[in-house]
Amino acid sequence: MVTPAVATSPAYGRAPQRARILSYTALAIAVVGGVVAAVRSQQTNNGFLAFFCLSLPLAIGALLYGRHAETQVVDVDGDEADEAVARSARRIAVAAIATSAALTLGLTVWSAWNGLQDVGDTFFSWKNIRASFPDVVDGFWLNIQIFIIAEILVLGWGLLVATMRRTPGRAAAPLRWFAIVYVDVFRGLPAIVTIYLVGFGLPLTSLPVVSNPDLSIDFGPFHLDQLACLGILALTLVYGAYVAEVYRSGIESIHWSQDAAARGIGLSRGQSLRFVVVPQAIRRVVPPLMNDFIGLQKDTALLNVLGVLEGFNIARIYAGNSFNLSAVTGLGICFLVITIPMTRFADFLVARDQKRLQAGSG
Amino acid sequence: MALVEARGVVKRFGDNTVLSGVNLDVDAHQVVALIGASGSGKSTLLRCVNGLEAMNDGTIRVDGRSVLQDDIKLNRLRRDVGIVFQGYNLFPHMSVIDNVTLGPRKVLKMSGKDAEERAHFLLDRIGLADKADAYPDRLSGGQQQRVAIVRAMAMRPKLLLLDEITSALDPELVNEVLEMVTELAYEGMTMLLATHEMAFARDVAHKVCFLHKGQILEEGPPSEIFSAPSHERTAEFLRRTLEAGNL
Repeated sequence: MVTPAVATSPAYGRAPQRARILSYTALAIAVVGGVVAAVRSQQTNNGFLAFFCLSLPLAIGALLYGRHAETQVVDVDGDEADEAVARSARRIAVAAIATSAALTLGLTVWSAWNGLQDVGDTFFSWKNIRASFPDVVDGFWLNIQIFIIAEILVLGWGLLVATMRRTPGRAAAPLRWFAIVYVDVFRGLPAIVTIYLVGFGLPLTSLPVVSNPDLSIDFGPFHLDQLACLGILALTLVYGAYVAEVYRSGIESIHWSQDAAARGIGLSRGQSLRFVVVPQAIRRVVPPLMNDFIGLQKDTALLNVLGVLEGFNIARIYAGNSFNLSAVTGLGICFLVITIPMTRFADFLVARDQKRLQAGSG
Repeated sequence: MALVEARGVVKRFGDNTVLSGVNLDVDAHQVVALIGASGSGKSTLLRCVNGLEAMNDGTIRVDGRSVLQDDIKLNRLRRDVGIVFQGYNLFPHMSVIDNVTLGPRKVLKMSGKDAEERAHFLLDRIGLADKADAYPDRLSGGQQQRVAIVRAMAMRPKLLLLDEITSALDPELVNEVLEMVTELAYEGMTMLLATHEMAFARDVAHKVCFLHKGQILEEGPPSEIFSAPSHERTAEFLRRTLEAGNL
């Protein structure tokens, strides 16, 4: 312990300087190791692995030690020069981490370059996407029709089930039980099983409407045959159960005093629900409702098990014929074009509501 | 015949008896104040009067109508009995004007125009005409509570129940609400109110009832109750309230 240069050694000793040496070392290893690994990576992965094992942990260690050193200096109001050293140690450590991470990523891509080119050809073959896209979009239009109608039905059906479950009185017990059993069953079944059973099963029965092979929807832009209609029915059953629960949680989240106030001015139970409780509940459940809608939109692709010629089915046929999956990628893009704006729209609705509730107009 | 006649009202929550045989008369154009410690049953009694709580025993008649746990009868009864709560309970998703006109439009079947005219008239009187289109969370507590009173008054009730309506307010906002209630009293509105504001009860009420453990121990004109309480517990309650600076 011979450090005559420092007359009264501060409590943190030479920690800042050590931290700086450590971070420079990490940066140096990162750069040198990166170059070495790059040169050798065509033959072997070892150098690249060693580089990763050494430089990244060292850089992270340097960062932590630099923070520790700076904290110590600041704690005792130490020398400002030491503080600056520790701070620069931290900055260099961050640079070392970034360099290591970037080089690791770059080397991974490089060493896997041939494989990645295959990925490009398999999933993103422009030729295949372009050839299949018109038909895929045509099929996807069926998905859109299906989810639009199913969403409208789900909104009403879910609210009806949620209301049934909350109907008071002994006489309404069967309604409540129906709602509970329905939700349990259709939330518990895999969607594809429900779709399969409804789509293939109901036509075999003698039930009115659903077993009629001429069942179709034909108005405005909507043209749907029996299978698509049964698909809508199945999706409505599945998502009605989820949405009923969403509504119920929303209704139950409204404090009972709101109902008391509504009843207090003479509104009936139903009026209180309709004008006071449900409007507030729906505002609260817009985000989870949108989530379920996005789920429903995606699950329209499941109707391919029924042989409905929706987008996925058509893309699959193309993929099978051309031994290339790019047609399915094209369909995936179609879905994203719908679902991503949908989530943004949900955010917008929530924000607008927030703003309107806070906007005091004169 | 009194406007409100309560006879032997009993209310239990599980094993906890909150009201044990309350008798109470409120005459038309009378202001009756219920005082008593927290938990003495003031709020519960109010809520029994308009059927928000179901009684376990006893009868209450309001304007000759029995308060029964029957939806249709209660809906009819509540047209005539307004209630204002401690926590305002305005509807946050509706503007002030919609809060006030909801009852008249949906219950009294008034046209939107008539309901709004009346609402504007009432809001104007309390100086909140410019807040008609604002949403409740932009109003101060005092303003919200005054809107809540207007919402009740828009139904032209025969009886107004006020459930500790100043308890949730900042002290400097209490007066604007009490002034409004005082004005209603002068106009002859029949009111039954639970309150911790003893000075207000003394100045405005025609009759004061002291509740203790679910019973009315003592009732009479405020001059009697506040200056010469006949019951020891009343005296003790008033003494403690005085020490807390509420008289």
